[in-house]
Amino acid sequence: MAITQTRPQERPELAPIRTIRDVPVEEFYTSGHRTCQGCHSALLMKYLAKAAGPRTVTIGATGCMYVANTSYYATPWVIPWMHTQLGATGSAVIGAAAGYAVQQRKGKLAEEPINVIGIAGDGGGADMGLSAISAALQHTQYNVLIILYDNESYANTDIQASGSTPWGAVTAFTPSGTVKRITQDRWKKNTPGMLVAGHPEARYIGSASAAFGVDVMNKIRTALRVGGPTYLHVHDACPKGWDFDPRYSRELGQLAVECGIVPLWEVIEGELQYNGITRQIVEGRRKRKPVREYLMRQGRFAHFTEEDVDYFQAKVDEMWEKWILPGVLPVQALPEGLPKPGRRAAGLADGAGAAANGAVAP
Amino acid sequence: MAMTEVSRRFAQHEELITGTEAVAQALRLADVDVMAGYPIRPYDSVMSSVAKMIANGQMDADFIVAESEHSQFEIVKHASATGARVFVGSSGVGWMYAMEAIVVTAALRLPVVALVGNRALDDPGAFGVEHNDALMVRDSGWLLYWVAEGQEALDATLLAYRVAEDARVSLPCALSMDGAFLTHSQHLVLVPEKDLVEAFLPPYDLKKRRFHPDNPISIAPQYNEDWVMETRKQSDAAMRRARGVIAEAYAELKRLTGRGDPDPFVETYRVEDADYVLIGMGTVAMPIKVAVDQLREEGKRVGFLRIKWFRPFPDEELRRLLHGRKGVGVVDRDYSYGSTRHGGAVYNEVRSALYDLEDRPPVIGFIAGLGGREVSVDDVFQIEAKLEQAAAGDLGAESAHWIGVRGPVE
Ligand SMILES: Cc1ncc(C[n+]2csc(CCOP(=O)(O)OP(=O)(O)O)c2C)c(N)n1
Ligand code: SF4
Ligand SMILES: [Mg+2]
Repeated sequence: MAITQTRPQERPELAPIRTIRDVPVEEFYTSGHRTCQGCHSALLMKYLAKAAGPRTVTIGATGCMYVANTSYYATPWVIPWMHTQLGATGSAVIGAAAGYAVQQRKGKLAEEPINVIGIAGDGGGADMGLSAISAALQHTQYNVLIILYDNESYANTDIQASGSTPWGAVTAFTPSGTVKRITQDRWKKNTPGMLVAGHPEARYIGSASAAFGVDVMNKIRTALRVGGPTYLHVHDACPKGWDFDPRYSRELGQLAVECGIVPLWEVIEGELQYNGITRQIVEGRRKRKPVREYLMRQGRFAHFTEEDVDYFQAKVDEMWEKWILPGVLPVQALPEGLPKPGRRAAGLADGAGAAANGAVAP
Repeated sequence: MAMTEVSRRFAQHEELITGTEAVAQALRLADVDVMAGYPIRPYDSVMSSVAKMIANGQMDADFIVAESEHSQFEIVKHASATGARVFVGSSGVGWMYAMEAIVVTAALRLPVVALVGNRALDDPGAFGVEHNDALMVRDSGWLLYWVAEGQEALDATLLAYRVAEDARVSLPCALSMDGAFLTHSQHLVLVPEKDLVEAFLPPYDLKKRRFHPDNPISIAPQYNEDWVMETRKQSDAAMRRARGVIAEAYAELKRLTGRGDPDPFVETYRVEDADYVLIGMGTVAMPIKVAVDQLREEGKRVGFLRIKWFRPFPDEELRRLLHGRKGVGVVDRDYSYGSTRHGGAVYNEVRSALYDLEDRPPVIGFIAGLGGREVSVDDVFQIEAKLEQAAAGDLGAESAHWIGVRGPVE
């Protein structure tokens, strides 16, 4: 309900970053973590701490970013960090934000915006903790950002398939055998798209890749500036889980976007924007690279036959060519007679439609 | 003596309210900051009460309607870490659904206060009381209190905050309340004003453990074998210290309110000269006390001891009060299949507490009132008769006795 909704605040410290030169030099995530070489999830932690700055608390679910990342006596976090349970990121940030809000209201804490950022893996966030994240995105009276670092497996437990693992990938639970070549037979779920569709009150939901640092940092800042409960899904190259040489993390992260497998986009207060390379693809200024270039450089797809690659390509093509909103909404056709979104908005503007659709003057 | 001196400064007014409404009054008086609710009978009426008080402006708190019990307990855990005073609760399978969050709350030493409206676990379905839900956390570092009536519900809630938040303790506290028998029955309750509660309950202050940008700490990092054992020992030390803190807080509460039992940990009823003592937790106190009175009229020297704090467990009190008796009968409203002598959880704790006594009494286990079945005065007569027989060796003492079970179920 509009009356309980927090309003966007003036946040000069969260100004957009135009070039790499605008990025603060201060580090709020430093040495001490024990993640693998080339771990893009750890890189994402660095970006988020930089982008959000010192008036931030972070809450991290169980997973690599807890177990490998935050060891006693060696924490890399300069800003506060607290563990939460594997499926609890959504609830944890709401609890912390409520704690600050009430204490500030009652004069027990100084009034100031505190960035409350939750960090979930794909297993913790997109599988187990999905309902808590969904619930968090309904609590519009709190300002929280949930970042899901998608390394496409339950990495910390030695790489098992999650709902976010790509089709066909080999994991500890989905091996390639002599009788069954492909046992990971689920297509990767579209978590950010699902959250957009289901949470019309959330003012920011985005999809990013840790291979594009400035874009990630800007998305974090936009989400925090826009306020309310917000969500950012970040695709992170994981050398161990994907089975490639760590020196190629950035290249592979970028390839996933160039091949159109991972689209970069954000929905800010109801407005969808595609970003970077994805935008160039959408606008027809760039051609998608064949998925083979991405797949065949990773051990997890090494067992793929031509047929498998073709299947994968066809599914990605389908997303680009048939989905009404590529990367966001898998609806492939609108019913006959339904006006296109643009025309419908025009219809609302001419008065009669406004009341019928429940729109209220500000 | 300060202990017995009653403070007359504080006004209190009488209200006819249910057990959960009494808790809600205490939450208002304690100025709780954040609560999270999820529906399950019978605890949830406390959440309806506070939600109404917030909506009517009688209380300033954020009440978050969670999407599961796991989330409920995680929400308040993290709110508590920011320095907010919190409240939560559940019943039966709801409590079990939250179990992961419940155990980490204790491990994190966060003074969350919870209400357990005791309810039988599924399956088969039953709304009625059984204590197995709350007992499931008996090893995890939660302070556990069993309430028997409305006034105690209000007083124990205030006590719970003071003890849990005391820096020497800093452990969560669960108040257990028998489903229906107490959660939904009405009692005359003296409700104090805010001044009494302000005198009794200092503000919650996490000090150096507060999760806030001004205090850049990492909470609950990965320890492994390096330090986990030391952390566990710290929790153990806190639980040991809780005894003294409870005694201190209880004496103060009695001084301010002018009511309470002589002992903070147990309530005794006609125990002094008793040959046989029955033990129970929660509302089973009522039929047992009535039965004790009637048995006394028949010349039997029977008494009743109600365990209020199950954690920390009142070993010392039990040894002091029970040595040399002819027999002790423990009435469990729970089960522990395959345990020693197939007794309930309370039975085995009591029996273990008395082991070191030279003149230890025989301890006989009884399982009664499961699934919300009433424990009647007649049931208590039966229990007492069996206790006398068993203590005399005329009835197998090896195995706990189930009371009131129908049909061939062996
Ligand atoms: C309730 C629960 N179930 C299982 C685990 C075991 N576990 C620890 S880390 C982890 C992997 C989590 O995967 P994800 O969220 O994708 O994070 P990642 O390890 O990939 O960083 C699992 C399953 C746990 N800690 N808690
Ligand atoms: S397994 Fe993957 S996510 Fe985990 S530390 Fe290594 S690279 Fe990072
Ligand atoms: Mg993962």
